[in-house]
This record gives sequence, structure tokens and C-alpha cells, in this order.
Amino acid sequence: MHMADALVSPAVGGAFWAAAAGTIAYCSGRVRKDLDDRKVPLMGVLGAFVFAAQMINFTIPATGSSGHLGGGLLLAILLGPSAAYLTIASVLMIQALFFADGGLLALGCNIFNLGVFPAFIAYPLIYKKLVGRDPRQSRMVAASILAAVVALQFGSLGVVLQTVLSGVAALPFDTFLLLMQPIHLGIGVVEGVVTALVVSFIYQARPEILESALQQKPLGDLPIKSLLATFLVATLLIGGVLSWFVSENPDGLEWSIAKVTGTPELPEAEHREHQRLAKLQEETALLPDYAIPTEEGEARSTATERMGTSLSGLLGGAMTLIVCSLVGVLLKRRSAAQRKEA
Amino acid sequence: MLSIDGSFLDFKQLDLLALRQTPVHRLDPRAKVLTTLCFIVCVVSFDRYQISAMLPFMIYPAVLMAVGDLPFGYILRKIIIVIPFALLIGLFNPVFDRQVLMQIGSLDVWGGWISCFSILIRAILTASAAIILVAITGFPAICEALEKLKMPQTFAVQLLFLYRYIFVLTDEGVRTARARQLRTFGNRGLGIRHFGSLVGHLLLRTWERAERIHMAMLARGFAGEVHSSRRPSHFGRTEVLFMAGWITLFILLRLFNAPQFLGGLFTGTMP
Repeated sequence: MHMADALVSPAVGGAFWAAAAGTIAYCSGRVRKDLDDRKVPLMGVLGAFVFAAQMINFTIPATGSSGHLGGGLLLAILLGPSAAYLTIASVLMIQALFFADGGLLALGCNIFNLGVFPAFIAYPLIYKKLVGRDPRQSRMVAASILAAVVALQFGSLGVVLQTVLSGVAALPFDTFLLLMQPIHLGIGVVEGVVTALVVSFIYQARPEILESALQQKPLGDLPIKSLLATFLVATLLIGGVLSWFVSENPDGLEWSIAKVTGTPELPEAEHREHQRLAKLQEETALLPDYAIPTEEGEARSTATERMGTSLSGLLGGAMTLIVCSLVGVLLKRRSAAQRKEA
Repeated sequence: MLSIDGSFLDFKQLDLLALRQTPVHRLDPRAKVLTTLCFIVCVVSFDRYQISAMLPFMIYPAVLMAVGDLPFGYILRKIIIVIPFALLIGLFNPVFDRQVLMQIGSLDVWGGWISCFSILIRAILTASAAIILVAITGFPAICEALEKLKMPQTFAVQLLFLYRYIFVLTDEGVRTARARQLRTFGNRGLGIRHFGSLVGHLLLRTWERAERIHMAMLARGFAGEVHSSRRPSHFGRTEVLFMAGWITLFILLRLFNAPQFLGGLFTGTMP
């Protein structure tokens, strides 16, 4: 599943943008150092192949629904981690721009979820280890399925964490996790089976393609450590700096951190924190009426007062929309008239 | 079947829109990319219960669509296709977030509904910004802009290659899918068993194509760079004005809730 811009907060989106950009720079350097310029057209054409393969659906046995190839793991098997990562990132960028699938700010999240896990975890640590130096069909099938399942489980965990940390959607962490992981277990198995089918077909038809990919020098130092470090610094910087400018909803973050560490903040401390935040919000909010009430009773008592401002908000909103569309229509007429003259 | 061909044609049409000659098409792509990113960051930085303050941001897609002479219905259709994905998650908000934030008459409005509606507006604004960016800039120009903004060259070359072959290969994919569809009866033959060899053959053809392309590139003296600029561009005064104007407007709209003020003038409740 692709993260959407609508669900992402600037801090989360920015942090993953930084992580994705850093990884792309690293992989570009590696591919360039390889000096294998046969790979240049190959990466481009295989990226286009993923789009083409996604045009061909298949029915999934026993469910009646239809699915298509994801392609991340297949690219890693054919190209190796760095080149595959760049190819996946480029595919996702086209999807974000041409289909608005995902979105531009969420692009970093999507590249991370669908690129890093298959290329740097599932392929080198699972597929390659299981297949070993001499590929046999049964091994390749098992390795593909396991690697695809792991990649997709991590990917969907990424989506859940990014959504919860962004705090736009109200879906609680555990419910969302319970919803996403089983679905992606199924998707992972299907993806693994399909990848295995394609890979074993290629192995029968042109084994040298796969052998050259397997015999590539093992990835020396995995960038995981430096990747995590960059990621952490970026998160702190962006989260710390941006949150001063951006009115963020801290609940999601605090809440999920409490979930992760398992120790909820002390009630007293929480209370103080709340008061401080509430005060801050009162001071900075231009629209105090939209502030989130802490208790329901409080909400009701101010409800009538709120109604006045809500009404003006609704009315003003409708008027703004009308103004926006009028500006658009007028500009369009003017430019059409200008074209006619010219 | 129709839908596959349809979405494919859609894809081509967006590319063709970028060939138009309007003032916004002529701007340097860097200005458009940066302004679009700024727009998206401003929109998603709103509080999760915010609706009214987001609406004035509609002015940006509206103006660009008008000046860029883009077909409104087409852009709208493309946006409508993507909205369900964001809304799928947003629809859970009313289930989990039931505090009453607003009353319309005797009707209690839950926070979840407000934030769900907010997600809908975010989705419309961000999706339209991305699609309009491609429609007024074109993909090669966007790549060029990103490269000038320090994106690694290897990745830029990869994007241009992918873009160049996407039309050729999706065409092949569509033909393959159609050929199989014509030979099947109901769902028979569409299963997973034949998928492997079908896609495998497509992959082999792709691989051979890459080898041929590589030969052709070597014959033409390829040295790691793809030249693609359709129109020469430079970052001049118009670009500075375009960026400064829009970004100032975004920041003002982000800081002040214009609709609330406007509505307040009429209802008499000033914020």
C-alpha cells in the first residue's frame, strides 16, 4: 500500500525524504563505481517492465480476486541491491507524479517502505543466503516466498508507523497493525509465488542472467548503519525544528512512543505537559475554537459558542471556494481570448 | 480490458499537456517544482481538525489550471481516482474519534468526521498539485530541474530512461494482456500458472531490448549523460516573482484563516 500525502505530517514526510535522498545518493555512487554501463539501459528498461507486468493481472487461487506483480524483489534478484533500489525509487516517482499515487511529500516514505526492505534486507539477508552459490529451483521458490513475505511485512509495518506518527488518521496503532499485517502476509505469499515463477522461468531460459547477478561481489558494508544514523539525525532536525513552526498534533507521537516503550508517562507529568501545551496552543492559536477539547463536558459547554465560529467558518469556506473558482474561470476566459487574438 | 487501455491513454494525455505553450509552461521547471513542494508542505502542516483554513489553498490549482489551459474535467477525473486510497484510512477516524467538536442545529459532529473531511481536502489539494506540476512542466523537465537541484546524475539518467521506455513497454504489456484475454473463457487461463511464463517472456524480450539499446548507445558515444532539454530555461526575474508571490501567499494563508475572517464579517462573530 502506498502512503498518501493526505495522511502524512511534514515532520514524518521530511524525515523519510531525507532518508530516501541519502540512500539514493549512496546507491548512485555505488552504481557509478561499478562502471558497468550495461546496467544503465537495463535498469531503465526493467523499471518500465514493472509497469508493463502490472498491466497483466492474474486470478489468485481460492479467492477469485485478481492481483498483479509488485516487482521489488524481482528487481533485486535481477539487478542486485543498489541498482534495484534506484529502479524501485524511479518507478515510485513516476507513480507519484503521473498517477498522484502516494504523493510528493509521501514519496520518501514510499521509497523507504517499498525500496529499502526488498533491496537491502529481504534480498541480501534472506534470498541470497538461502539460495547460496548454486541455485536450484526448489530453493529459489522457497527463498522468493520467504523474502517477499519479510519485505512486505516490514513495508506494511512502515506504513503503520508512519501513519500513526503523523497523527492525521485516528486509527490506533494496534488496530491498524492487526488490519495491515495479515493482509500483507497474503500479499507477500502471492508476490513470492509469482516472483518465484518468473525467476524459475528465466533460470530455465537464460540461466546466465541469474548467475551473473548471484556472482556479483557481495555487498561489502551494508549502508544500514549510516542509513539509520542519517535517518535519526534527519528526524531529530526536522521534527525538532519544524514542530516549532508547524502546529503539530503531538498526541499521535506521544501516544505511540508510550506504546512502544510500554511505560505510559506519569499522570502528573502528563497533566503538566497538557497544561503547558494547552497554554501554548491558546497563545499561538489564531483559531482557539478549533482547539481540541480535553474533556467532553467542556466541549458541550462551549458548543453553542463554538457554533457561531463554526458557522462563520462554513460560510467563509463556501465563499472562498466560490472566489477561487471565479478567479480560475475568469483567468481561463482571459487566456483563451488572448490566444484567439494571437 | 477497456480500463487497462483507458488508464494507459490517460497516461499519454498528461504527457501531451506538457507540450502546450502558456506563460506557466514557459517558466523554469525549478520554480514550479519548489513552489509545488512548498504548497504541499503548507497544506499537510495543518492541524488534523482544520478544514476552513485549507480551502483558500484551492486558489493555486485553480489559477494554474486556468493559466496553463488544462482541461478541468480530465484533471478532476485523475484526482477522483486516487482519493479512495487516502479516504480508506480516513474513514476509520469517525469510528475512533467521537468527541463532539461542533454542533449544527441539534446534530453533534464528531471530531472523527471533521478530521476525515480534512483528509479528503488534503487529498484533493496534494493530488491536484502533483498532477498539475507534470501537466505544466513535463517529466523530462522535472528531472532536469531535480538534477540542477543536486539530485545524483545516475538517478536522473535512470528516471529519463524509465520514462522513455515506459510507453513502449506498457504498450507491449497491454497487447500481451489483450491477447491472453481473447484466448480465455471466463476466468480459465487467467490463473497464476501461466502468468510465470507469460511475464517471463516479456522479461526476456525486455532484457534483449536492453542489450540492443546498450549497443546503440555505445555506437552513438554514450558517456553517462542523457540530453533531453525541450526548451532552454533559465532562472530569471519571472521565476523569482512566481515563487516569491506564491510562497508568500501560502505562508499568509497558513498563518491567517481567511475564510473564518470572511465569514465573520457576515455573521458578526469575529475570531
